[in-house]
Amino acid sequence: MPCVSNEWELPPELCCRPMPFVALMGLDMIYNAVHRAIWEAFSANRRTDRVPVSFKILPGDHEFPKCRTKRTSYEWYIPKGILKVGWMHKHLNVIPAVAVVFFELDWDEPQWRERQSECSTRVEIVRQSLQGRGTKVAVVLIQKKAPLPPGEDLVASERASTLCAACELSAKALFVLPHTDHIVGYIIRLENAFYELSQGYYHAEARKVKSHKELLNRTTHQLLFVRHQFKIGFFCELKQDTQTALKHYKNAYSHVHELRAYDTNVHEIKTFAGFINYKICRLCFQHNLPLDAISQFRKHVDLCKTKSGSSELAFEHAAWMAKQYSVFGDLFDEAIKLGLTAIQTQHPGFYYQQAAYRAQDRKKMALQLCKPLASVVYPLPDPLETPSGKLDYFGQRPWRQGHQSIDPPDPAREREGILALQLHERAVDHSGLIIPTLSSAVAQFKKYKCPRMKNYLMVQMGEEYYCAKDYTRSLTLFNYVLCEYRVERWWMILTSILSTALKCAFLMAQVQDYITISMELLGRTSTLDDERKSVIQKNLMKVLMNTCPDPEPACDEAAIEVAKRLWKEAASLKTNNMITVEMQNYVPFVECKAAFLQESFSVDSPVKLQLSLRAGCPFPQRYSHLSVTFNNQAYNVSGSCDLSCTTEPPTEGELCLLGGKVQRHDFSFVAETSDTGKAIEIESVRLELGSESGRRLVLHWLGAGGDAASAREAQQVSRSSRRLQHLPSEEPHWDSISIRASTLVQARTPRLTLHVEHDPPALSFELFRLCVCTQSREEQPVSDVQLTISLQPGQDANLSQTTHITLDCNEQCDDSFPAFLHNIPLGNLQPGERMEKDIFVKTTLVGSRIFVISVAYTVTAMVGEGGHHLSCRCQQDETVVIETLQPFDMSVKHFSMKVESMTRIYSDDPFLLQTNILSLSPCPITIARGCFRLQPPMASPDGDPASHLKQVQLQKDEIGSDCCCLQCPPVPDGQSGVAMGTYTIFWKRSSAAPNDPLVTTVLTLPHVIVETIPLYVHAEMPAFGRVREVLPLRFQLHNRTAFVQEVEATVTASDAFMFSGNKLVRLRILAGCEQELLYNLYPLMPGFQALPQLLLRLLHFPGATNEALQRLLPTHIFVKPQARGTNSLTLAAG
Amino acid sequence: MFNVATGGRRRRAFCTMAVCVAVITKENYPLYISNVPAANELKFHYTVHTSLDVVEEKLSAVGKTTSDLRELYLGLLYPTEDYKVYGYVANTKVKFVIVIDSSNTSFRDNEIRSMFRKLHTAYTDVMCNPFYTPGDPIQSKTFDDVISSMMQVC
Repeated sequence: MPCVSNEWELPPELCCRPMPFVALMGLDMIYNAVHRAIWEAFSANRRTDRVPVSFKILPGDHEFPKCRTKRTSYEWYIPKGILKVGWMHKHLNVIPAVAVVFFELDWDEPQWRERQSECSTRVEIVRQSLQGRGTKVAVVLIQKKAPLPPGEDLVASERASTLCAACELSAKALFVLPHTDHIVGYIIRLENAFYELSQGYYHAEARKVKSHKELLNRTTHQLLFVRHQFKIGFFCELKQDTQTALKHYKNAYSHVHELRAYDTNVHEIKTFAGFINYKICRLCFQHNLPLDAISQFRKHVDLCKTKSGSSELAFEHAAWMAKQYSVFGDLFDEAIKLGLTAIQTQHPGFYYQQAAYRAQDRKKMALQLCKPLASVVYPLPDPLETPSGKLDYFGQRPWRQGHQSIDPPDPAREREGILALQLHERAVDHSGLIIPTLSSAVAQFKKYKCPRMKNYLMVQMGEEYYCAKDYTRSLTLFNYVLCEYRVERWWMILTSILSTALKCAFLMAQVQDYITISMELLGRTSTLDDERKSVIQKNLMKVLMNTCPDPEPACDEAAIEVAKRLWKEAASLKTNNMITVEMQNYVPFVECKAAFLQESFSVDSPVKLQLSLRAGCPFPQRYSHLSVTFNNQAYNVSGSCDLSCTTEPPTEGELCLLGGKVQRHDFSFVAETSDTGKAIEIESVRLELGSESGRRLVLHWLGAGGDAASAREAQQVSRSSRRLQHLPSEEPHWDSISIRASTLVQARTPRLTLHVEHDPPALSFELFRLCVCTQSREEQPVSDVQLTISLQPGQDANLSQTTHITLDCNEQCDDSFPAFLHNIPLGNLQPGERMEKDIFVKTTLVGSRIFVISVAYTVTAMVGEGGHHLSCRCQQDETVVIETLQPFDMSVKHFSMKVESMTRIYSDDPFLLQTNILSLSPCPITIARGCFRLQPPMASPDGDPASHLKQVQLQKDEIGSDCCCLQCPPVPDGQSGVAMGTYTIFWKRSSAAPNDPLVTTVLTLPHVIVETIPLYVHAEMPAFGRVREVLPLRFQLHNRTAFVQEVEATVTASDAFMFSGNKLVRLRILAGCEQELLYNLYPLMPGFQALPQLLLRLLHFPGATNEALQRLLPTHIFVKPQARGTNSLTLAAG
Repeated sequence: MFNVATGGRRRRAFCTMAVCVAVITKENYPLYISNVPAANELKFHYTVHTSLDVVEEKLSAVGKTTSDLRELYLGLLYPTEDYKVYGYVANTKVKFVIVIDSSNTSFRDNEIRSMFRKLHTAYTDVMCNPFYTPGDPIQSKTFDDVISSMMQVC
């Protein structure tokens, strides 16, 4: 077996964590369940809380390798290499630190003596086999009974000491394992004991190696310095003393670089330096010293970088470097998984990246060194073959093992060996090594927030896949990263990736990819020169003609042949000859900008659209079809601007884009009337290249053109707009063309005058007349004129509740009428004709209102000059502000029959009601009549109360009064107010026509407090008196209550009268009955004289005051002077 | 031995100062990239572009601490096997990147800082030109001269 294939792989015994090796001997795993349980307790569940020990079952008579006699002097010894291949394995898995002999023996064994000797024989056998080694031997007695506490079992202690003596064991190496329920607990104690024994063993081994140091000299034993330090380190590691181990490994590392390196041994030195470096880095990470690990690795790389060895095997060095980096990356990554934190600028990704780069170097060198060997025969006998199938020492050449001389022993054999290695290198799949490493690096860079580095590595992966001829993967990776570079506008990188991607697309005959990549390479952001662009454009044309394009430069010959066949196959498929490219995803070579010429178009004028195209390719580019689609499908028919449909027949030049020249196309179409008020948007622009016979390529722009780079460019233009003005206006500058993807269709401007005549302000409840006058200014007769009146939206919502509109003034407009009228047909209008329409508005609440009055009509309009007739609807709006005022204000007064003002009235007592109407209207109003409507129990003593207001005109601030006499019977809740009824006024503006309807305003009369009095007094007397003529005065007292009342009546004296009658009387009045008091007065002096006052005291109503009664009684009377001649007569009568 | 050593020293003395100088906009596209030797242009484009990862990360870290006075000089961004990449971000978020050969160990941090200051001044001069539209690639002879003085053999 040749020893090359995995030459740089680290041996597994180097990479594992060294643990003390303990051999368990004498356990019968096949027939003895107890032994098996013991083994399982040792081997299963080895978690981290248990001591690190590697256990192994060995039969009781196992033969350990013979121990060679150690030399006592190194004087004539020349070492053959640094470290034997098997050394680490031997100490990890072959030579135990502790050999444990298991033996079933109870303390109370009846045949103790026989069993004891059997046990000692077994120990002896093991000891024999380990002759010369320091391995510790221990004995475990498997017992059925649980032991007694120490010191109590005298038999046990006695027999234990005899057993120890028989087996030549120290007391500390004898253990008892009672086979009880708590076996795991005993096992853990046992293994701790074994672990301690092993520590002693490895410590002794390390000391043994250390002791050789004295015997070495610096000239011939350089290799041994390295070997010994490494071994000490390894034993320390086995002892789990990693700090000391690290120290010795570091010593070994510095010794290894003290070795003189030459072509024949550099391989061995590097191999072993790599091993030690691995150990050091690993332990540094383990000790949580990542910076030490990194600096050690840097040092390692720096020291070994120059040790490249033979130039014929330069690839070997690169491969070694790659391995170093990737191993360190793995170590780093493992440390991170165990809790280390990495940062953006220091993480395993960098090491994987370097590993990949070294692998790429290796590939290059291998290509260079091994390519010429195509016809060389592999040398025989195989120089890489060794008799044992493996090497004796790490890192040595199989054909000259053990030689440490500067020059190779056999130059011919050396040449053959190198040749064999080179031939093996030829067979290596380098891409298969590079790609996974790159992939690891990509994952790391992604994790540590380096998207750009990740993309870069993905590009390299893509390139490696390209080299490996896996074009599909390559193209996938390229497509993934292209968009990132496009967005970040790194055009040089983009062009470079596109160039490789184009090769992939060509070699796979991927038509769609080939076309899009070509288009972008021809585009304005491509950094290719014109010569290259011409080639690409020619190829693109070939593809459109459905033929095979010319091969891309520097492609694999065999792959080109395959590609040509694929292209032919693709050409024969007729089904997919239509290819659509979404232009906004790329920066292609054809640019497009579409713009409506105005922000808005009137519906009666044609919508104009300008489409500009520019191509950046070196040759003119023909196209066959250009179309625009809009959001309204209806325009696509008229707007599908097939060039052949436009007015002028297309010349050859029109369907051809010249490089760098701007081509413009103007389109116009008539918007539909249904689109009035809506926006027309360009949904897409399609430009078709190629022909039906070959391939048809549709360039599809979403919206009004623009690609992945144009938004940014437009921004640049806006910054530097000043500069563009200096350009000659002849040739439109591409950058100055802006995109306008949508336009608004506006209604036709109405040609109609509209005004509203009215006489403000409006009075509430009045039917307010608005006269709408319209006059047509159209040249054509207009039809279907409609009037709409409504409150302008956005006003107080309550207004619509208190506003009512009607067309008929004779109708009673009430709350059922709406606050708006829609589409009142007004008929047709001839040009110049005038039309008036009255609208009446009734408002029930004062305030200001805004009305919108609009007149809509249909007219046939002429669009453009083409004679296109369009029936369109126009609308003229007018707003009117109407202020509503209260026409008048009413106040009400109550009077007693004596025309005295009073605040309350008394039941059954007639009173007067006066209403005062105060005009508030700025224009005179006429009150046609008033009308009382009484609400029972209020009644008029004279039947129906008549109104006295008739045809009264009131100016502003004038008052019209009305009066009537009323009476109210007693009511139970008179104190809280009694409704009186309403007062209705029929009125209109004085300026209104005689036949205009009257406005009815109903005013509610206020409530009045009605008081009931217990006693009613009525005074009866003549209208006047005459001096010295008798004047009878009769008081009628009427008890209005349902019970008997006692009244005390007093009459006060008066200077003007003498009188007869009871001055003080007490009387009793039955319920509902009357009593009369009669007085004869004798006036003494003429004039308006105060009458004697009757004072009444109601004994049952002590609270009732005299006031209520006094109001009923006359206070004064006019006394005429004595008539001449009649004086005696009067006296006679008196 | 002696000759080799002096030769080495002389070679170091004649080394180029910077191998690549780049000006990147706020939006991370290049305004100016110049490098020696001119042949390996694409590689330097990649190097500068990937270094933006670190620049962005450093800028976002500054944003968190909300200190108004940010150090413009960002220091070493990427230590690669071949090059050392240094970064500097002006207050307008325009980035300057200088790439120096890794073998060149004579450089001190102060020298890099002064190079960046020089570069910043030159860039400011370009921006002051009324005929220059911000965001356009820099095409200025004066600026070219400043850059080539940074990259010239000293």
